[in-house]
Amino acid sequence: MATQDSQLDLWEVFIQSRNGSHHMHAGSVHASDRSMALQNARDIYTRRGEGSSIWVVPANSIVASNPDEADMFFDPADDKVYRHPTFYTMPEGAKQI
Amino acid sequence: MNNESNVIARNDERLAAFEERVQKGDAVEPRDWMPEGYRQHLIRQISQHAHSEVIGMQPEGNWVTRAPSMRAKQILLAKIQDEGGHGLYLYSAAETLGISRVEMIEQLQTGKAKYSNIFNYQSLTWADIGAIGWLVDGAAIVNQVSLQRTSYGPYSRAMIRICKEESFHQRQGYEIMAHMMKGTAEQKEMAQDAMNRWWWPSLMMFGPHDSDSPHSSDAFRWKIKRHSNDELRQKFIDKTVQQAEVIGLTIPDPELKWNEATGHYDHGEINWDEFYRVIKGNGPCNKQRIAHHIRAHKEGAWVREAAEAYKQKQAEKYN
Repeated sequence: MATQDSQLDLWEVFIQSRNGSHHMHAGSVHASDRSMALQNARDIYTRRGEGSSIWVVPANSIVASNPDEADMFFDPADDKVYRHPTFYTMPEGAKQI
Repeated sequence: MNNESNVIARNDERLAAFEERVQKGDAVEPRDWMPEGYRQHLIRQISQHAHSEVIGMQPEGNWVTRAPSMRAKQILLAKIQDEGGHGLYLYSAAETLGISRVEMIEQLQTGKAKYSNIFNYQSLTWADIGAIGWLVDGAAIVNQVSLQRTSYGPYSRAMIRICKEESFHQRQGYEIMAHMMKGTAEQKEMAQDAMNRWWWPSLMMFGPHDSDSPHSSDAFRWKIKRHSNDELRQKFIDKTVQQAEVIGLTIPDPELKWNEATGHYDHGEINWDEFYRVIKGNGPCNKQRIAHHIRAHKEGAWVREAAEAYKQKQAEKYN
């Protein structure tokens, strides 16, 4: 909600450092609309060629997992050791596998 | 057990788990449970750090129109823009702890929140811009390098980003001093005069002696702070003395001397009366700095209003 003297909306900033790499979270900016958010993100996070692409996302559009439930939430990954290549026994002498 | 003691037991359990995690070197993230004292300590420290970056733009801004060359002016503008950026990284980090930008600005403007004392001193000559970059940013870097390993994730990440940018600041300041020390007798005198005025306030930037530091025990237990004020101050002195010698500047401390046994420089006592006098608002520029911040903030209000009005209009148009 805009108050009389607003601090503007919060946006999260993701920067791709060069083509081919992931966009990574860099921080956040305040801006009232998407083009201002992009310009502010450029001015604040890429003053020295840190980026080739920027995404800005309204902070309230991000859905995050709950750290208190992290154990339970990520539990399914823990009991399936056969998902890792080191689980398997390879015959003696086999190469390049 | 009744409900209330249940809650207390639950909180004790959480506190123990939190401290164990932090001791192991695990980073704390915004949505993690944290003790209220940890949250409040960080809000105070990070917002103070952000305010320092922003207020620190003023003594440097004082010299933009009088920089001695186009090169010097461009560099100074870039440096001031960096300081503004650093303030914004830090405000964002503090906001993840649940305080709003508006509240932080209000705390600064009403004097409830502090900023680094150093920015209450005047920048009288061009050599002061050299001394600020070399000594003030140099002292800040020592502190910020240590804080890169602070336990709170967003603060640590902001520090890493800031440290990357800050070494340009220190080098440009040292270059100014080195340049002046190769100049006329008056220029050398000007550089030495700046050194004389900025040396002691730079040492004060690290805060009181460990024995007199009010917030340090929690800060160490929770790994917010990784090195003590005195340790960091010593580190700064040890590396700066040689840099001064190389360009022919004298450090204004007759008691400064190399101590073979400790492997560090011994130094004279800091004037703590001055330190506390400036903190309490009686430095040369305290009132001016805040008055200027309030004025700039008020003068920018129409921009924020216009931006909000534009947003409303766009929403009406497309919805």
